[in-house]
Amino acid sequence: MTATVSTPQSGHSEDLLALAASVLDQAAGEEQVEVLLSRATSTTVKVYEGQVESLTSADSSGAGIRVIRDGRLGFAHCGSLDPAVLVETLREARDNLEFAEPDEWNGLAAPDGVEVVAQNGWSDSVVAFPVERKIALALELEQRVLAADSRITGIRSTAYGDAWGESVILSTAGIQAVDRGASCSISTQPLARVGEETQTGFGYDSGRVPELLDLDHATVEAVDRATRLLGAVKPPSARMTILLEPRLAISLMGIVSGMLSGESVLKGRSPFGERLGEQIASALLSLTDDPTRSESIGAEEVDGEGLACRSNLLISDGVLQGFLQDSYSGRRSGSASTGSAVRGTRSLPGVGAQLLVMQPGTRSFEQLVSSIDLGLYVNSLSGMHSGVNSISGDFSVGADGLMIRNGSLAEPVRELTLASTLQRLLLDISEVGGDFEWLRGGDGACSLVIQDVSLSGA
Amino acid sequence: MLEEPTIQRVLAAAASRGADFAEIFAEEKRSSSALLDDGRIEELTSGRDRGAGIRVVVGESTGFAHTSDLSEAGLIAAAETAASAARGSGTGTTIVDLDRVNAPRPNLVRIMPGDVPKAKKVELLLMANEMARAEGAAITQVSARYADSHRRILVANTDGTLGTDEQVKTLFSISAVASGDTGMQTGRESIGRSVGFELFDTYEVGDLARTAAQRAITKLAARPAPSGEMTVVIGPGGGGVMFHEACGHGLEADLVGKGASVFAGRLGEQVASSLVTLVDDGTMGGEWGCFAIDDEGRPAQRNVLIQDGILVDYMWDGLRARAEGRASSGNGRRQSYQHLPMVRMTNTYLLGGTSTPDQILSDTESGVYISHLGGGQVNTATGDFVFGMTEAYLIEGGRITEPLREGNLIGNGPGVLTSIDAVGNDFAMGGPGTCGKDGQGVPVGDGVPTLRVASGLTIGGTAA
Repeated sequence: MTATVSTPQSGHSEDLLALAASVLDQAAGEEQVEVLLSRATSTTVKVYEGQVESLTSADSSGAGIRVIRDGRLGFAHCGSLDPAVLVETLREARDNLEFAEPDEWNGLAAPDGVEVVAQNGWSDSVVAFPVERKIALALELEQRVLAADSRITGIRSTAYGDAWGESVILSTAGIQAVDRGASCSISTQPLARVGEETQTGFGYDSGRVPELLDLDHATVEAVDRATRLLGAVKPPSARMTILLEPRLAISLMGIVSGMLSGESVLKGRSPFGERLGEQIASALLSLTDDPTRSESIGAEEVDGEGLACRSNLLISDGVLQGFLQDSYSGRRSGSASTGSAVRGTRSLPGVGAQLLVMQPGTRSFEQLVSSIDLGLYVNSLSGMHSGVNSISGDFSVGADGLMIRNGSLAEPVRELTLASTLQRLLLDISEVGGDFEWLRGGDGACSLVIQDVSLSGA
Repeated sequence: MLEEPTIQRVLAAAASRGADFAEIFAEEKRSSSALLDDGRIEELTSGRDRGAGIRVVVGESTGFAHTSDLSEAGLIAAAETAASAARGSGTGTTIVDLDRVNAPRPNLVRIMPGDVPKAKKVELLLMANEMARAEGAAITQVSARYADSHRRILVANTDGTLGTDEQVKTLFSISAVASGDTGMQTGRESIGRSVGFELFDTYEVGDLARTAAQRAITKLAARPAPSGEMTVVIGPGGGGVMFHEACGHGLEADLVGKGASVFAGRLGEQVASSLVTLVDDGTMGGEWGCFAIDDEGRPAQRNVLIQDGILVDYMWDGLRARAEGRASSGNGRRQSYQHLPMVRMTNTYLLGGTSTPDQILSDTESGVYISHLGGGQVNTATGDFVFGMTEAYLIEGGRITEPLREGNLIGNGPGVLTSIDAVGNDFAMGGPGTCGKDGQGVPVGDGVPTLRVASGLTIGGTAA
């Protein structure tokens, strides 16, 4: 309800800081307390067949409080910034602590002297964009997609969404961090139909200026994805080369970055835990987690514990260079936090990548295709949560796409799986594309060519 | 949670610009969890949320706003925002007479988790850790989680509905890592029911721990799964995930109505083998997806979706049912007060048949036997779906032989449903699930007896 809440201004989040300070004032004796407070305002407009299907206008707020005493950790969260509720939440966190077991490595993050790289995550133009124009944008996208191709027979949903908000982290260990951001996006999910067959597509754009959202890009992407699979058949099983476009290449890199979490390493859950300095991937692959890259919409100033974000080299020329750490895993592993704590108000910090950046190769996407005799250009992957195990490395996912024959894109295929292990996939990378792009989700990615993947079909 | 006069004034504010329908959904939720990892009770967490979502429908358009302020002023402000979002152009002076919905509670909760000392919850975790590690030196890591939640909801709308429900859930899960010459493997087991702490009178955490540990150990010796289409036998219990994906989502009226389902326009047709009778049932006492009323105030129902292979009905929420001039089937659900309701499954299961599991297996010359499934995913428009196998074996000469490594299976819903050629008499419900749709997660249950899919499923392995 925009009418009932103060809109964050581009200055400081003074009231949130004051509220957080009032919670810290209640810290007793040896107790270490960390308070994360956040509030956000969002709008979602969904349109269907030329009409507004739903318009959601929402304010949400929340708090997460971490208390550590005698090496014991307690946590509680609430969906409110009501001072009385915060008092209760602190009390619950304290009560929870009584039942946890002590761990000498437990502790809050402390300021480590690393300077924050300033980012410009705020956008007055998102906040000022009138509702009528949000609706108009969604309706226009729907219309463009419907008009783009006669095989587009409907659209499941077309939406405009935006959100802006701020959060503060304040702790007895001396952390004070303020994070503010605003962004907007459009998306559409068309259905393409020929005869009895239906295929779906997805198009998306995001940014910080609603007027600059690229409707053409979203339209072309959505229509192309929906129509290019029409007529797809199940291919015969074979081992072959696959080509992952940047969007899919980064989802593979995302899984790999999870295996490089210092927490997984400490707890014996990473197959790469003992491999620092070794070749774990093709020498063509270099990967960095770097939330300081201002060119990306995903850039961040601070991590989930309020430490400055920084650039962390993970893999260089295929050699494992380091792991990501939060303050706990850094302390326990005898290193330090790499500013890689990720969290929401509802959870304790955990280790995670924030903005992955792949180092590009040289050749264009078209050149990659033309260099493949027999392969699969993957359109979509499914079951990433059910068939990929980052502990064993087993990798098996559903897929569809276009065959590549003699260096050209050929017939569409569907209802197939791709399988290997994550360890093998990394070593089997035979080329990294020169087609670097900043994805709409924030990461910086290039296409990947991977050899010798098992395709299961008919 | 809210007094009737307040509810009436808020509904009046929601309908003040003219509305075909207005609704308040108020929710209060408490949750607690405890996590053991790396041999130690690592964290205890508690959460509390309360708030209300106000929905106003004008013609085809819905306006929605939510607030964490449950005071009358807070609710009226939200109602006005929702009314303005719905863009009604009339005036309304609606005063509704509210009729309390009488829906039976699916089951009684004997021991409220909030009344149980935290020390007892912690004890379960420690015991599970010990039991899992006792399965063998190969077990190198264990994590276990206890969680409970207590959700109170109130739904009132301008149709005169006033309903309340209290939903209590308790969950325990354990994951083990086994290490050997072939690397690491994982095993997981979980139990969750819409009951209180009495869950542990029925289930021993030690059994769960042993199952999880054995799954991980067994897979150390597993060979790569085969690649290609094969006959698949699915064991009793968790195989319901396959139906959830193969046809469950495709029978949701919102997707059907938009032409985004392969099952659109097929009512009355044979869509599955005549051995298939599929039910979605929110009334199943104690199951993970049960409730007294759905999140639109509609009493839970048992709905037959497919009877002897014939498609009987889709699943409906209030909005879609209203457009068709029919009643909701009690499938209007939402993740929280911050979300709009939509059509969701509850407990989805395949009725038992007549074959014994032994007959089904011994009748299968070669194939794959899956005794534990992971999650799944479906593209409802094409019907293509995947689901993971987390414990599986080869079938050779009618017998279960070697264990297989993890992987996904892929199939097409209508094709797989018509290829089911045996259904066992050993029906069982599976573990607790969270179903995700359009960014919202809700608890769901599922169940199946042993069944065989003769063709149409492709195993996503690497072995020729």
